[in-house]
Amino acid sequence: MEEIRLIEVKEEIHADNKAKADALRKRLMANKTFLLNLMSSPGAGKTTVILRTIEALRNDLHMSVIEADIDSMVDAEKIAKTGITAVQLRTGGFCHLDASMVERGLEGLDLGSLDLVIIENVGNLVCPAEFDTGAIRNAMILSVPEGDDKPLKYPLMFTVCDVLLINKIDYLQLSDFDVRAVRERVMRLNPGIKIFEVSSKTGQGIGDWAQWLKKEVDEFRSG
Amino acid sequence: MHELPVTESILNIVLRHAPAGSVNRIVRIFLEVGELSELEDEWIQRYFDYLSKGTIAEKAELVIHRIPITFQCDACANVFEITRDALQDMHCSECGGTECKLVSGKGYYIKNMEVI
Repeated sequence: MEEIRLIEVKEEIHADNKAKADALRKRLMANKTFLLNLMSSPGAGKTTVILRTIEALRNDLHMSVIEADIDSMVDAEKIAKTGITAVQLRTGGFCHLDASMVERGLEGLDLGSLDLVIIENVGNLVCPAEFDTGAIRNAMILSVPEGDDKPLKYPLMFTVCDVLLINKIDYLQLSDFDVRAVRERVMRLNPGIKIFEVSSKTGQGIGDWAQWLKKEVDEFRSG
Repeated sequence: MHELPVTESILNIVLRHAPAGSVNRIVRIFLEVGELSELEDEWIQRYFDYLSKGTIAEKAELVIHRIPITFQCDACANVFEITRDALQDMHCSECGGTECKLVSGKGYYIKNMEVI
């Protein structure tokens, strides 16, 4: 009978991705390019929020967008219409982006000439929360029609984000979404998080969000 | 949902730690997975069975130990455990404070493995 031996492994399963993400952040710092990872459910308004953000900041910052989609070009085409470069990443069925996929997306961009790159991650509140993309800040959108119970259902996502946009705030009167409850639930999971109430349709709150983002980019670039 | 890439990483790591020649077969792999992770144990095993075919890790059993969610209170520095369901009403078990930071409950770790 063969003898069973124990081998110590002691490795983080995501160690490879984490190392790639850290290397990417170093490269971003050298180039003074701020990378924002934007996550949400499908239909929460990532693309329209990005379009609004471009509109608000295009005179101040040189921007590009990386669009991740399982298998379509629809969102990248919408961004490209604004004249901003959009790189489409087809994830081929993958439910999230990791650091090497983001690296591939950045290959098509001239980092040295860019102040801000926004990643539109795959629409999903589960998987993207687990993979470091190499971004400087993580942002997420929760839209009013999705309901105020999302922080209870997907707590991990709310703990990894630096900023939360509560979008479609113009729907508030048609729903029983409780903004105060969401704020409380999110702050308990992640006391340092910044929260903005916005409507990508009417533009409400977009100015405050864009101002916050601009400040983050400026601080990063001068730091 | 993202069990596949996670499982691929597990396989790559254990194979790296079990050089051919000194190990005939990997029998059992001990993993630690945070309670906050959404991974389904059953699916990790199924993907692993599929990916490991033809390697020395074929038929290895994955033993998954869940790491509890713990927070540390900002006010009194107490570290306390909390279940997923109790997150909505989270407060420090000592002083009742609600400003707390996540300490553990995220991430995946391969502890060790049994080989023959």
